[in-house]
Amino acid sequence: MSTNTLYNDQGGAEAAVEVGQESTPTSSGTAAGFGLFSTDFKKNEDLKEMLESSKESLKLEAMKRIVGLIAKGKNASELFPAVVKNVASKNIELKKLVYVYLVRYAEEQQDLALLSISTFQRALKDPNQLIRASALRVLSSIRVPIIVPIMMLAIKEAATDLSPYVRKTSAHAIQKLYSLDPEQKEQLIEVIEKLLKDKSTLVAGSVVMAFEEVCPDRIDLIHKNYRKLCNLLVDVEEWGQVVIISMLTRYARTQFTSPWKEGATFDENNEKAFYDSEEEKKDQVEAKPYVMDPDHRLLLRNTKPLLQSRNTAVVMSVAQLYWHLAPKHEVSVVTKSLVRLLRSHREVQYIVLQNIATMSIQRKGMFEPYMKSFYVRSTDATHIKTLKLEILTNLANEANISTILREFQTYVKSQDKAFAAATIQAIGRCATNISEVTDTCLNGLVLLLSNRDETVVAESVVVIKKLLQMQPTQHCEIIKHMAKLFDNITVSMARASILWLIGEYCERVPKIAPDVLRKMAKSFTAEEDIVKLQTVNLAAKLYLTNSKQTKLLTQYILNLGKYDQNYDIRDRTRFIRQLIVPNEKSGALSKYARRILLAPKPAPVLESAFKDRDRFQLGTLSHSLNIKATGYLELSDWPAVAPDQSVRNVEVIEPVKEWAPSVGKAKPPKQDDKFYSDSGEDDHEEEEGEEGSESSSSEDSSSSSSDSSSSEESGSEDESDEKSSEESDKSSSESESEQKKKKKTKKAPQKKAKPTTVDSDSDENGNGPVARTSSSSAESSSESESESEDDSDSDSQQRNRGSKSKPKVEVKAKKEVSLLDLDDFSPAPLKAPKSSILSPSLLSDLEGLSLSTVSSTMQVNIPTFGPVKSHELLHHMTGKGLSARYHFPRQPCLYQPNMVAVQVTLTNGSDHSLEEIHIGDRSPASLNLHCFNTIERLEPEASVTVSMGIDFSDSTQAANFQLCTKDDQFSVSIQPAVGELLMPSSMTEQDFCKEQGKLLGMNETSATITLAAENSSSQSLSKQVLSVANVGVVSSSENNIHRFAGRTVSSGALVLVTAESRESSTALLTINTDKSIMASMLLRDLKQALAQA
Amino acid sequence: MINSLFLINHSGDIFLEKHWKSVISRSVCDYFFEAKEKAVEPENVPPVLQTPHHYLISIYRDKLFFLSVIQTEVPPLFVIEFLHRVAEMFQDYFGECSEMVIKDNVVIVYELLEEMLDNGFPLATESNVLKEMIRPPTILRSVVNTLTGSSNVGETLPTGQLSTIPWRRAGVKYTNNEAYFDVIEEIDAILDKSGTTVFAEIQGVIEACVKLSGMPDLTLSFMNPRLLDDVSFHPCVRFKRWESERVLSFIPPDGNFTLMTYHVSAQNLVAIPVYVKQNISFFESGSCGRLDLTVGPKQTMGKTVEGMMITVHMPKAVLSANLTATQGTYTYDLATKVLVWDIGKLNPQKLPNLRGSLSLQSGAPKPEENPSLNIDLKIQQLAISGLKVNRLDMYGEKYKPFKGVKYVTKAGKFQVIRHDWTVFLACKGKP
Repeated sequence: MSTNTLYNDQGGAEAAVEVGQESTPTSSGTAAGFGLFSTDFKKNEDLKEMLESSKESLKLEAMKRIVGLIAKGKNASELFPAVVKNVASKNIELKKLVYVYLVRYAEEQQDLALLSISTFQRALKDPNQLIRASALRVLSSIRVPIIVPIMMLAIKEAATDLSPYVRKTSAHAIQKLYSLDPEQKEQLIEVIEKLLKDKSTLVAGSVVMAFEEVCPDRIDLIHKNYRKLCNLLVDVEEWGQVVIISMLTRYARTQFTSPWKEGATFDENNEKAFYDSEEEKKDQVEAKPYVMDPDHRLLLRNTKPLLQSRNTAVVMSVAQLYWHLAPKHEVSVVTKSLVRLLRSHREVQYIVLQNIATMSIQRKGMFEPYMKSFYVRSTDATHIKTLKLEILTNLANEANISTILREFQTYVKSQDKAFAAATIQAIGRCATNISEVTDTCLNGLVLLLSNRDETVVAESVVVIKKLLQMQPTQHCEIIKHMAKLFDNITVSMARASILWLIGEYCERVPKIAPDVLRKMAKSFTAEEDIVKLQTVNLAAKLYLTNSKQTKLLTQYILNLGKYDQNYDIRDRTRFIRQLIVPNEKSGALSKYARRILLAPKPAPVLESAFKDRDRFQLGTLSHSLNIKATGYLELSDWPAVAPDQSVRNVEVIEPVKEWAPSVGKAKPPKQDDKFYSDSGEDDHEEEEGEEGSESSSSEDSSSSSSDSSSSEESGSEDESDEKSSEESDKSSSESESEQKKKKKTKKAPQKKAKPTTVDSDSDENGNGPVARTSSSSAESSSESESESEDDSDSDSQQRNRGSKSKPKVEVKAKKEVSLLDLDDFSPAPLKAPKSSILSPSLLSDLEGLSLSTVSSTMQVNIPTFGPVKSHELLHHMTGKGLSARYHFPRQPCLYQPNMVAVQVTLTNGSDHSLEEIHIGDRSPASLNLHCFNTIERLEPEASVTVSMGIDFSDSTQAANFQLCTKDDQFSVSIQPAVGELLMPSSMTEQDFCKEQGKLLGMNETSATITLAAENSSSQSLSKQVLSVANVGVVSSSENNIHRFAGRTVSSGALVLVTAESRESSTALLTINTDKSIMASMLLRDLKQALAQA
Repeated sequence: MINSLFLINHSGDIFLEKHWKSVISRSVCDYFFEAKEKAVEPENVPPVLQTPHHYLISIYRDKLFFLSVIQTEVPPLFVIEFLHRVAEMFQDYFGECSEMVIKDNVVIVYELLEEMLDNGFPLATESNVLKEMIRPPTILRSVVNTLTGSSNVGETLPTGQLSTIPWRRAGVKYTNNEAYFDVIEEIDAILDKSGTTVFAEIQGVIEACVKLSGMPDLTLSFMNPRLLDDVSFHPCVRFKRWESERVLSFIPPDGNFTLMTYHVSAQNLVAIPVYVKQNISFFESGSCGRLDLTVGPKQTMGKTVEGMMITVHMPKAVLSANLTATQGTYTYDLATKVLVWDIGKLNPQKLPNLRGSLSLQSGAPKPEENPSLNIDLKIQQLAISGLKVNRLDMYGEKYKPFKGVKYVTKAGKFQVIRHDWTVFLACKGKP
């Protein structure tokens, strides 16, 4: 190959140049040849030195140059020992480059690569998820068989990692391990099974990819996840969408019955349905009306919005899904999007046009309205032109043929002669397919015979030949015309075609044929082989029909042929002579010579090159190449009878069976209705959940209804909230809320009607919505969690908590109630507007009541003043709709006395319900906090307030933890003001002074501050102090001195605050406590509050 | 999925290779070079090729071939789309996508490719996410890095990677909050010689440059959304809102991005802003020809047509052109046989005209095909479809952003073709 030699040359010539260039990596090397080892050697020495130096920057520089070598395809493998030493480097960029190097060369240097393994194993435990993930990536990319068990372990561990990003990486690692060691298949399938259950959109695409590569035949693993995948699809990243859609296409073809049976009569030019006609018959025998499986519908409905994706691969995959799965009349929804793709890059056009070509053979109607989009432009690449031509030909029918032919005419004149020739072929195909225009086309082609361009003429002759073969009777005129042109035509294929035509129909042109033969005899020796063969043919045919005139000529030609250089021609000549010229040796065959040579020949069928491509799934590589590619997965035929559809129902997870809450109709025998007074409500609730998920799948009408119904649920409070928060955009938000109201009233009756229909639906299919399991499984986990924590708590506390949260339950329709839940249960999903107003005050009342029993260990005062200043915990943008605010209720914490009570209000601002809201990882890991119980489900626009306790250990260091939903995790942190770390303490003035006396000197902090005018009155002063710190007022005998007492929550240290107001609105603030840091911080806060206007 | 990537320049040198699985020898590219040889023009190389053991999927872009090697079945569009994303990412990072730039930044390129694919499956393709992991090179940063030894590589997982809005990074902050939207429309049209529209449609795109702090939630509404026939969106756009209310509601990515593309179908009459009177004829004898072109405004909605340019691909036989232009300049490239007439601003009072003689190769037959004209133009402040942005609202943030919308109309694939109706229509009349 010429290119190969080119490289070798360059390698030699440029090696010298590159030695110089390499030292300045920014200068661009000129060629990418194979580096010669000898010249690399010196340079590598120097790199080795740099790598072994102690300076990070030198190492980095060296690695950068090495990566440059790798990129150029040069061999840098002998540096392996020096590089691998740096694998544990702290510098993250250096580390990454070492990873790049390792992955490239580990396969070649297996022993040395093993040195790095322990580093990765350590990194797999790193708290930083990016480091964990990249360690797993590299570990699994090192293709060293010896570490298979380590990889397996790492994958299993990563598959249960808290970070979805790490789990995604583990899904990728599965494929790598599988290709390294297929023996591990069974174990890997287990991991895949686990990951398929993952609810994160990040993981979904990757794990399905792993599924497709490792065990595409294990369709049973998909059943339970089918609905989840359908519902998640819109939120999955684009690349994952492509993979999931193509997997679901295969899945659906095995699980649902054909939706095409009634399609037998569909619009198209009475074409038969192209798939199995047998199946059709069977269906007709059954004669049962076709009802589409709701899961089948779910898939179609959830993929449709993706047609609007900017990613062409996604659009194409949805198109093929509709093509292979949708009822005939629905397929055309994809047309517009496919045509849109034609405006994309050339390569995209190529693939899309190929697919349209296949589709347009079977469904002209789909693309006919867009015919003009397939008009060829002079700037199109050749392969694009050919495909467009193909499609235009496929689309041709009686109505549009004149337009198409007119268009074709321009193409015939194209300067691209190959394209012109292809156009002539296309005209030929139109002529055979549409009998009305056969004559017109034929005449047009004859006119083209006088074209100046040879290829055009030649192609025309070939096409005319084919056309004439189909209806030879009327066309002796054309044959005569062609015979006349014969002298001017030089393209051998065309000449051969004319000779064949004349020979075949020599009886129709009895006068011309011998004359042509005469001319050929003259020029025989100078002709091309193919023409010679046809001349021999013509001679033989004429000899048989008109031996009188042509006997001598034939003899002459046969003699010429006998001594031809080409053995084919000599053979043919010998054969013909034996066949037609009777002599003693000729056997029985010669009797039949006429019948052999002049047998009626079937007309050629001119059909599309894309005719047989539909055996492949559209959009695949196999389809594009028209050959079965490695790893192509066949699309099965529809099953005649649908497999059990209940397999897709999602069940309750086993371990919690004893407490299994009612999961609706899916599990009727398990249901213990009598347990729960409100189980009826349960079902209702669940159905609403289902409704929510259904509407989220973008059914045109329901999308708006979900909006309105949710706003209805959250009620007026939310609306007013909205108003206040968006004051800046007052006008717009107001109009919006107005709109909402309008909609609300409009949609209300519809909404009422809905539950019943949904109800009947799920009855019919006997399958509950996906939401059910997920929530119940969440419950199970929350239960076990709370159980373990409860053990440490006192019984009475539990009871208290139960009674505390109960009122909330009644306000709210609680979803799933289990035995345990009854005493442990605060995080009920709140939806009704009433509750959000009600609950805080109710809660505080209750807590007030229960105080004496709970906090017996400490003398605490009920706060006289409780300003509720709430802080943002999670913004709804970062929280994907989930927002959280927290405030310090200044109640003693119920869970543990040394914890600070925090109330968190969670609001679901997204349009779908959030499930399994709970607290995940916390940092520092030693952080002692009491989590609220998992909230199974939070409906859109609903909010819920939960309490938790945090032990801040008397420091204002933020408590960091993760707020998790079913799919996501958000890192949040609560940073308390110092004043919140206190509890009011009640004491008399005497006690106060006595305690104060003990806390003098180092334990006293004081400052004189200027009071704002508003704070000069004693009332407002104490109000300000109370708002800053959770302390109790100590009654004071002096008018100008205010005393406050409190204790720190964790250690119970006394904090005494004295404020002595003086003239000209100043005050002396004194804080006595042995927590001096707290004192100074508190002082600062108080100063600020009091000085503030 | 994608096994390896080779970057090949115009002349066929492989200047970068990257493997995501086992190394595949670059000799696999020989099959590609063979096809390239056969195709003559780089545009004509088939995007999908088969070799005995591999499949090659390539794109040609910015004078570079991006050649990926595949071993098993994969949707070809998946690969093609990805390769284009890679090219766009280079463009985004380095300002251009050329051999020079890629070689100069080979380390960053390698780091990028490493992050974009894992085991051949896309991992992070959002520019915002990548830019947090691997910071684009700037002069300032490289100076700082050499001084402080800090790196271009982020140490934590970008927040976008985990959220459902991977296109936006957290903690964006600007002192000037601005949001600009460019509505750019291109007219694709084929006109026949008489000026009749054979085919016309409008391709629109809304390019956005959004520099807003925090997490703004934007809503863009149109005066006449019904015009839009077919749309495709950036993933940030909430499709449901569009379906129900025909407004674009989205949390924008930070920086430049394509918000949506749309299509205004031929059913709505497409206004053609200019007309061209053309007369190109070749004489049977004397090996010469005449050319006479006049351009005038047609439906410009009162706006000025700028950047007017006409390109004519002459038949091979045309040797030279001796023309005079009343406005603008013309050039005739002898090698490619392309006549370019750069007119500039179109003056409705004095219509630009180009006329003169063409000389043909002596002895060559009269060219049968009349050349087609490609028209290029630009109209500022106008979306030719009549699409108008109604308003842009921002929620979720308190500040007042500066907002702007710009309209531009351009000619896309705008051709005037001389159709010859004679052949077939004449035949039809025949018995």
